[in-house]
Amino acid sequence: MTHQEALTVLAAHRGDRIVLTTMGSVGIWPALSDTPLDFAYLPSSMGQGVAVGLGLALATGRDVVAITGDGSLLMNLGSLVTVANHPTNLTVVLIDNGLYEVTGGQDVVGARRINYEHLAYAAGFDRVYIFADLEPWQKKAAEVLSGPGPTFLWLEVDGERGHKTPSPPRPMAEQIQRLRVALAQ
Amino acid sequence: MVEPKAAVSHLEAAGFTHVVWIPDSSLGPWESALVASQKLQLIRPCREGEAIGIAAGLILGGAKPVVVIQCTGLFEAGDALRNVVHDLKLPLKLIVGVRSYQAHLAGKSTDNCPAFTEPILRAWQLPFTILPDVDDAGFAAATWELADAPAAWALLLGE
Repeated sequence: MTHQEALTVLAAHRGDRIVLTTMGSVGIWPALSDTPLDFAYLPSSMGQGVAVGLGLALATGRDVVAITGDGSLLMNLGSLVTVANHPTNLTVVLIDNGLYEVTGGQDVVGARRINYEHLAYAAGFDRVYIFADLEPWQKKAAEVLSGPGPTFLWLEVDGERGHKTPSPPRPMAEQIQRLRVALAQ
Repeated sequence: MVEPKAAVSHLEAAGFTHVVWIPDSSLGPWESALVASQKLQLIRPCREGEAIGIAAGLILGGAKPVVVIQCTGLFEAGDALRNVVHDLKLPLKLIVGVRSYQAHLAGKSTDNCPAFTEPILRAWQLPFTILPDVDDAGFAAATWELADAPAAWALLLGE
């Protein structure tokens, strides 16, 4: 399954959730979904996407999807414990490509050897899903996103080198303004 | 040091909605009052940079959080602070306990935390107020100042 395919399925089921994208996903997501509830967290502080998503979920009470990469999650693994212990409808989506993609494709430590399912359960998640192939992910996507949160979704995708560093679809101030307007409605 | 119930009462009165914290030994006694608060939701992250990320999401979602940490955690959280204050330009509010501050002022501490806290905040271009002695009236006034500041601000508490 490619990164693009994994996100295409997610976009088809996004509904009216707030979707926060980080790193390489920022370069793909706007072509799939670009509503005011799609928030490209770029420029970012690497590893903080899940934390920002948790704050959004706590403040709004809405369903939130936070898409992170494996390199980013490893920078802030404790965030899984925090999310699992603060009830929200936050879905943490791990795009695991084994690479620091936006810097040219260097290996992440422990690439393809880390059991994120075990980590998520150990952190306290009750709902954990894993997909490495497109078809089962397509079949289960609605179920994954419709259940009570918090949820951890591990999507193993192909590692792709040579991508350019992504740019956000619009300036941060504009993103924040349109998100706030959408949340106020 | 301000009494824990009074401290929490002042945070409530100032309009904060969430306390995102990793306590130190001086701030830790606030916990019971924070848990008992009907107006503040206590959020417990694992590290201070994460606390700032959570606060950013809370602000984006319309809440008014305050991050309560020790200066050592501030040192850890630099990139998160830079991003939230200068990239996202969100009105992040911090209460930072400065370890050994009073002993440092008296020349009786070898702890280097007080020497670095204020220069680091200046380097990150984050305005701050410092309360060398944290009495009730001073904390109340400083908390209002913190809450009302239109942009990011830190309140340092001398420990």
